[in-house]
Amino acid sequence: MHRNRMEVTRRAFLKVVGAAGGGLTLAIGILPAAALAAAANRVAGAGAAAAPAFAPNAFLTIARDSSVTVIVKHVEVGQGTYTGLPTLVADELDAAWSQVRVEGAPADAKLYHNLLWGPMQGTGGSTSLAEAFDQYRAAGAAARAMLVAAAAARWRVPADTIEVRNGIVSHGTKKATFGELAADAAKQPLPASPAVKDPKRFVYIGTHVPRTDSKVKSTGTAIYTQDIHLQGMLTAVVARAPRFGAQVKSIDAAALKGLPGIRFVVEVPHGVAVVGNSFWDAKKGRDALKVTWDDASGFRYSSSDILAEFRRQIAAPGTIARSEGDAAKALAGAARKLDAEFEFPYLAHAAMEPMNCVVRYDGDRAEVWNGEQFQTADQAAIAKVLGIAPEKVAIHQLFGGGSFGRRANPHSDYVVEAATIVKGLAVQGQRGVPVKLVWTREDDMHAGYYRPASLHSMHAGLDAAGSLVAWQHRIVTQSILAGSPFAAMVANGVDPTSVEGAADIGYAIPNLAVDLHSPEIAVPVQWWRSVGHTHTAFAVETFIDEAAQAAGKDPVEFRKALLAHQPRQLAALTLAADKAGWAKPLAPGATGTKRGRGVAVHKSFNTAVAEIAEVTVAADGSFKVDRVVCAVECGLAVNPDIVRAQMEGGIGYGLAAALFGEITIKDGAPVQSNFNDYRVLRINEMPAVEVHIVPSAAKPTGVGEPGVPPIAPAVANAIAMAGGRRLRRLPLTLAA
Amino acid sequence: MSTFFVNRNRVDVSSDVAPDTPLLWILRDSLKLTGTKYGCGLGLCGACTVLIEGKPARSCQVPLSSIRLGTDVTTIEGLATREARAVQAAWQKLDVPQCGYCQSGQVISAASLLAGNRRPSDADIDRAMAGNICRCATYVRIRAAIKEAAATLG
Ligand code: FES
Ligand code: FES
Repeated sequence: MHRNRMEVTRRAFLKVVGAAGGGLTLAIGILPAAALAAAANRVAGAGAAAAPAFAPNAFLTIARDSSVTVIVKHVEVGQGTYTGLPTLVADELDAAWSQVRVEGAPADAKLYHNLLWGPMQGTGGSTSLAEAFDQYRAAGAAARAMLVAAAAARWRVPADTIEVRNGIVSHGTKKATFGELAADAAKQPLPASPAVKDPKRFVYIGTHVPRTDSKVKSTGTAIYTQDIHLQGMLTAVVARAPRFGAQVKSIDAAALKGLPGIRFVVEVPHGVAVVGNSFWDAKKGRDALKVTWDDASGFRYSSSDILAEFRRQIAAPGTIARSEGDAAKALAGAARKLDAEFEFPYLAHAAMEPMNCVVRYDGDRAEVWNGEQFQTADQAAIAKVLGIAPEKVAIHQLFGGGSFGRRANPHSDYVVEAATIVKGLAVQGQRGVPVKLVWTREDDMHAGYYRPASLHSMHAGLDAAGSLVAWQHRIVTQSILAGSPFAAMVANGVDPTSVEGAADIGYAIPNLAVDLHSPEIAVPVQWWRSVGHTHTAFAVETFIDEAAQAAGKDPVEFRKALLAHQPRQLAALTLAADKAGWAKPLAPGATGTKRGRGVAVHKSFNTAVAEIAEVTVAADGSFKVDRVVCAVECGLAVNPDIVRAQMEGGIGYGLAAALFGEITIKDGAPVQSNFNDYRVLRINEMPAVEVHIVPSAAKPTGVGEPGVPPIAPAVANAIAMAGGRRLRRLPLTLAA
Repeated sequence: MSTFFVNRNRVDVSSDVAPDTPLLWILRDSLKLTGTKYGCGLGLCGACTVLIEGKPARSCQVPLSSIRLGTDVTTIEGLATREARAVQAAWQKLDVPQCGYCQSGQVISAASLLAGNRRPSDADIDRAMAGNICRCATYVRIRAAIKEAAATLG
């Protein structure tokens, strides 16, 4: 019955040593590092790719077996970049899709910087396809031109009489594969400006191309940071400060003496790492470790104190982010005035894979295995910790088990933690020992970096005809950029990530004022899928809905009239309303329930998304989102099915926050710790979702984030239409 | 010593391995079967789902000491039933995974649903799958792919 026998003994993989160190025991049955890195980086298609015979540029190689390996400079965290960028190359190359393999690029700012971010390599802001669209097409076109030139020389025919289709280069009856031409192609001159295709000739772009990672992700073979096992690797789990800002005073490792498998104890920036032979050893050691904390400078606020501080600040004018006309005067003279205040909590990203990072440091060079989102920033941060040059830090790119912004930490927090641990080991004479830092789910939720909490106050004025003539929007929220390496992006005292979606509001309102307070609070914050739009879209889209209602106008028509000069929003809104059957009344629900339909439209990262939510409210005030109709205008949809998937996922992710998401702070520490008290969306709470794409030939814009912002306001507006209250605090609840 | 089977391979665990070690970490750290994922450690997310004697179980909640002699454990690496193959084919056909981290657990839960119910209703799917969190919210496609797999199983 059984094929093999495996032995699990403590002796074989664990050795008891004191916390001060000891001899290394080697783990059994694990892949050597190089093989593992190769396996991890090559995710799509068949195993060992042949050595490249033709490497025309940094973005692809072609092997003798005709496989085309596309080197993707962005991390794949689910958004589909390991399919989207290869699609561009394959199309321009006229390769067969089955030839295509994918490899994650190393960290290299020169070759792989994000063209929208200056000199830095990194993934974020829904830029992957948008920034690399021309670059990866040109890379494929250059390779194609060189293959064609090689064939032309071999067959002595003019290059423009040669055809390339589905991976075969031909002239009449003469045929050659890419592999057969690769060596000759490598000798051809690089074309200066390779001609890309006329879009009419696209074979993959705009069609359904299957994801390159579906197979490995359906069979458990995709490799994430969590899955790395290197020879001699140890695992670290960190004891963390009881509140933000507390410092380590003293460490008592005596309790670890009796525990098996504990190897080292290393102090890190916000805690103390216990390093053991396996996760379970290290976690038990971490739980047993006694750390005395210096609380003198620790943060002591609770959520109510933070809100009180926000309220104190919101009473006074802030730094101006946008000003048109004279909002105060227009408001004073308005026939009808509306006022509202909106409250948003901190949110955890809660990616399915908690933060983790593998580092090996031999005293001179370091190797990192990570689902790496801020490649060159993290590379520099690790190099700084280790006191080596950034080029001496090699990063092996892996799949990220979700991120939603978290793996792009402005302070490189978890990678710095991992680097600090291996540095500590090196000091203890343990150079070259790889360490996997593993955050537990509780660490992931407690160690911070949240979507910042915020308070908004809004005033709107309508004239006698019901036209919107005045709009005042004041925001109080912590700056994400201030105090980070990206602080230079704060312009004239305004952090653009705090006001995006508000200062650039698309509605044509003649008198408009948006201002900002950025209180300094010790709760660590960072971008969370769609960043500032997560709160600004809610405030703007529910308040505009109130204005429409006050004006006695249909919410879709009221918006359309104000979006006459915003073609993307207008197109998305029109398509969504059409597909949702907005003109027809909503079917009633069961007796005792009320149904409502709400709309929201919002542009973020240059993509406009309209969502129409249908909600059923029960007599007890509980409600269910039944259906969401979404329309997206994102320029050319390179892979329409991935666009739809990102809208579906964005809606689900946004809905989780709308219904449940809240990190509360008590006495300087987050209260929630796991999925029991930080609820997320489950399948029974997921509405039916329909996604429609506005046809467009414009250059593509991002889709990873823009599906998120409209869902919460669409649901809140639907609840209002069902006769519920206007909800102005997230998460949404109708209970008294 | 405790002896059980993982994907039909015999596993002997020496008695000096801590009895509270969860099966999840035996699979991942000792046997290097990394398809089974860690997501919460509290039985809340389903990322660590395996089959124990053919039934879905959260391996993070199964301490070594509770594994009876000769128990059969199946992980995503050893999943080979007709239902599992149909589920994995449907998962690929509909491109269900996004980040993919939850999907081993989703596939195991879906395959065991179909093993006992060839025509699951939406309510059946909700009941069987509500223990498996997907933060990428691939739920629309999970639902569709389960129905697709059910159709191919006839
Ligand atoms: S890790 Fe076991 S249920 Fe989450
Ligand atoms: S696919 Fe990312 S958590 Fe499910």
